[in-house]
Amino acid sequence: MGNKQTIFTDEQLDAYQDCTFFTRKEILRLHGRYHELAPHLVPMDYTEEPDVKLPLALIVNMPELKENPFRNRIVESFSEDGLGNLSFNDFVDMFSVLSEMAPRELKAIYAFKIYDFNVDNYICKEDLEKTLNKLTREELTAEEVNLVCEKSIEEADLDGDNKLSFADFENMIARAPDFLSTFHIRI
Amino acid sequence: MAARNINFDMDLHHMEVTMESPVDEDVVHSSFSRLIEEQSGSLDQGHGALELEDLSDERRDHVTYLAAPSWAEHGQQRGQDLEVAMVNDPLIDERWSSATLRVLSSMPSRTIGRSRGAIISQYYNRTMQLCRRRQTRPTIRDFSRSARPSIRGYGVESDCGDGSEEERKKDQLVNNLQKLSISDRVRMLRAMPLSVAEKSDLRKRAYNYKEGRPISSSQMSCCSRLKYYIIIALRQSWYSWLSFLHSLQLWQVPLKRVSGRFGTGVLSYFLFLKILLFFNIFLFLINGFFLVLPQAIHRPPPANLSQKFTGLELLTGGGSFTNTVMFYGHYSHRTLTSGCRHSDNASVPTDQPGCPPRLSFNMPLAYFFTIGVSFFITCIILVYSMSKSFGKSFRINKSQGYLAVKVFSSWDFKVIKRTSVKLQSENICTQLKELLGEVSRREEGQSVLHRLGRALVHGLAWILCLISTGGAALAVYYFSEYMHKDLETRVLETRDLETRDLETGQRLLEQQASLLALPVVVSSLNLLMPGLFNAVGWMEVYDSPSIRTYVAIFRNLLLKVSMLGVLCYHWLGRVAADPGKLLLQCWESFVGQELYRFLLIDFIFTVLGTFFGEFLWRMCSQRVLKRKRMPEFDIARNVLELIYGQTLAWLGVLFSPLLPAVQIVKLLLLFYIKKASLMQNCQAPRRPWRASQMSTVFITLLCFPSFLGAAVSVTYTMWTIRPSQDCGPFRGLSTMFQAGKQWMLELKTANPNLTWLTWIHTTMVENPLFLFISAGIFLMVIYFHTQVVDGQRKVISLLQEQIENLVSIVGEDKKFLITRLQTIHEQRRPPSRKTHRASEESCF
Repeated sequence: MGNKQTIFTDEQLDAYQDCTFFTRKEILRLHGRYHELAPHLVPMDYTEEPDVKLPLALIVNMPELKENPFRNRIVESFSEDGLGNLSFNDFVDMFSVLSEMAPRELKAIYAFKIYDFNVDNYICKEDLEKTLNKLTREELTAEEVNLVCEKSIEEADLDGDNKLSFADFENMIARAPDFLSTFHIRI
Repeated sequence: MAARNINFDMDLHHMEVTMESPVDEDVVHSSFSRLIEEQSGSLDQGHGALELEDLSDERRDHVTYLAAPSWAEHGQQRGQDLEVAMVNDPLIDERWSSATLRVLSSMPSRTIGRSRGAIISQYYNRTMQLCRRRQTRPTIRDFSRSARPSIRGYGVESDCGDGSEEERKKDQLVNNLQKLSISDRVRMLRAMPLSVAEKSDLRKRAYNYKEGRPISSSQMSCCSRLKYYIIIALRQSWYSWLSFLHSLQLWQVPLKRVSGRFGTGVLSYFLFLKILLFFNIFLFLINGFFLVLPQAIHRPPPANLSQKFTGLELLTGGGSFTNTVMFYGHYSHRTLTSGCRHSDNASVPTDQPGCPPRLSFNMPLAYFFTIGVSFFITCIILVYSMSKSFGKSFRINKSQGYLAVKVFSSWDFKVIKRTSVKLQSENICTQLKELLGEVSRREEGQSVLHRLGRALVHGLAWILCLISTGGAALAVYYFSEYMHKDLETRVLETRDLETRDLETGQRLLEQQASLLALPVVVSSLNLLMPGLFNAVGWMEVYDSPSIRTYVAIFRNLLLKVSMLGVLCYHWLGRVAADPGKLLLQCWESFVGQELYRFLLIDFIFTVLGTFFGEFLWRMCSQRVLKRKRMPEFDIARNVLELIYGQTLAWLGVLFSPLLPAVQIVKLLLLFYIKKASLMQNCQAPRRPWRASQMSTVFITLLCFPSFLGAAVSVTYTMWTIRPSQDCGPFRGLSTMFQAGKQWMLELKTANPNLTWLTWIHTTMVENPLFLFISAGIFLMVIYFHTQVVDGQRKVISLLQEQIENLVSIVGEDKKFLITRLQTIHEQRRPPSRKTHRASEESCF
């Protein structure tokens, strides 16, 4: 009990509790994990909200993300600068969205960001190709990838602009009941 | 700024106006030209981040990069990506002006989740709705908005990043947040796609206005300060309660490891096991507190015939276990009283000197109501969780969009082990290939002969399965009859052999051991038959793997239900109907022991099955066949085994109140054994597994045949079967149900003031009419509910169709508007260009 006062103030913990899907204990555990990544960089005392950011390379090495084919995109999507440097707040944000409790819409927004490789706010064919190659470790032939891309865009594209906007994406995700359980990382 | 308030609103009304009256087009155009004016005007204000890098080159006015403002800053680093994007963007071919592009890039669909302003204004709208909704009933309009909020509400207005505008919006949002209740506010905050820092800023402001300020002002009244502190204390305690609940989460780490290696499908088995564990803990707590504890405190004088403990009792539940709190026969039929040691006997006057005021505890009544209430609560929890999971998993299930869904939602982010990740991507690869094949096959169609042959195979498989299921049920029926007769003769022989002590002991032992035969036969049938079904299913061809899974589940279920049906008949029809034949003093205890045996033997067989089926199979396939493949974890079969065990436990609660405890131990052991075996011997299943739908199916199966069957047979026992006359809480009564009636009569004579209670009891519990009416109402509610859900589904599909039509029209409109925008811009080019250049120069 005494230990937790030194890391965050009560007010901070309340704020985290209200703004994320984590409890105090989990926030402290997350801080522990964050601290573990770079003990010399991350202070134990967060009451003054120090401006510390960890680079992508460190975060991607967490066992939860290490084998994930989308790890770089996940970290980039949650970083303020889009380059993958995460402050502790971004870090909490990331696992909050990926937690079990996060609602479908929130998850969909970030999933869309993750799959939007070229950050043009559309999932176009090129994004899909990248996604597919990551999913299947480039096991599909170019022809098959092409076919899958065309078919999926055809299926999900509602406004006929040959790429998926967020509205298209959300509409499609609404039809996938498993999305909520699979877009989830246990920390 | 008038132009800022133009929304690309999907309002149907709006659309009609723009579509049906081409005369009005000019009006629209003029408004757009105003928009352009504003846009080019706002350029002067020099929003550096907004400037697209290519703008620096004047001759290339046809900018290509369509990034949203906040993302433009780091556009440089993504140079390579952008090159590709430029080539692929179909809008590139036409040379759009920068202003057009600006409008394009601030369109709702491009700003979602990106721009802070857009999000804030969206959530402003949403909180507005919530405030309104709390005052009035939700109208259909509100509902449709909240159902598709993302299309609406992302105004262009706030997107241009004007600081003061955004601040204003933010203030309004904070204002709205304050109006919400705390739980709503927290829910809103959590769901906002903003960063934690921004959210906590919003939160601080929302709390400051409302609660922070009064505390700083000293003239706060004592009462309101008290209220404030109470609110704070309540909130704190609520949070600590929540985190306590979180810390109760069982098996956090093992579950993470399982899901990290095997994915969501296998995880659903363990989650189901956890659910069952909680059900049993609930039953155990209720029974333990209201039945076992009072009875254990008031232990009757120990019976004089002490039996030798041989160890076999642990398996059979007989012998010296018979007369313990474990089984029905041990429970008293009197009113237990605290304080006086010997007041058990009702004839002893209770107001002895030296006795503290007594607490009396009517055991028969407690027994009756504890079992009844625990079943009732279990039923409610089951129905509730079933409806919840139905809502979650069966949304609109359209066959369309399957490939896209597969691509975007099939990756299980939980999986973290390298080999499993590899396996998962292989699986997705094969599934995608299969789907592609299906898509092309769907176009081809099949011949009649092919279909006929397939139907023939299916028919044959079903006949085989049904015959074997029927055969198994018949075998159990005749075997149980045989064992029943066998037991009769043994019992009679033992009675005749009373003289020689040694021999009697031997005989008794044999008799006990023979009781194990029936559970062993049933459990081995349960173990072997699924294998047969699998073999039969192997020759069938199905279009989709999910149908195959459902068919396998249905066949296994049929087997288990028919077995349990036969067993229930055996216990309630044979044993309970004529307990004298077996010289049973207490048939309830006997049935309780039978259920205990079944539960235990089932557990042993499951463990053996795990060992032989998984461990030896792996050894065999690796050592002898030299193959790398490991057996798969059969989720459906394992879950059905769990359901079977739970049905036994529910059936036995009446006869053996501590059976849930046995089930708890069994489930705990099973968790660790299954986990160890899984980690050692198995590989992730190759077939796709729709986890959420499957867990719905399992909960439904747990509710419908399993719980309902157990509840029906328990109620049947309570209502119609005559309880034993020499043991148990209901001795001397014609049915267990009479316990309540008798108590009511006693109450009426003892305390005339409580006649209303008697009246309630006679009308509500005894009168079958009330029961029928309430059951009827319940059924009607369920019926209406399904009708409503059905209607909603239809409305949803209609709406979806409409959306699709609308969106395609809107797409056309969008293109039209953009081209018009472009032409108007072309006309106005010279002046805007100048300001443009000026702004550029001021920037650098």
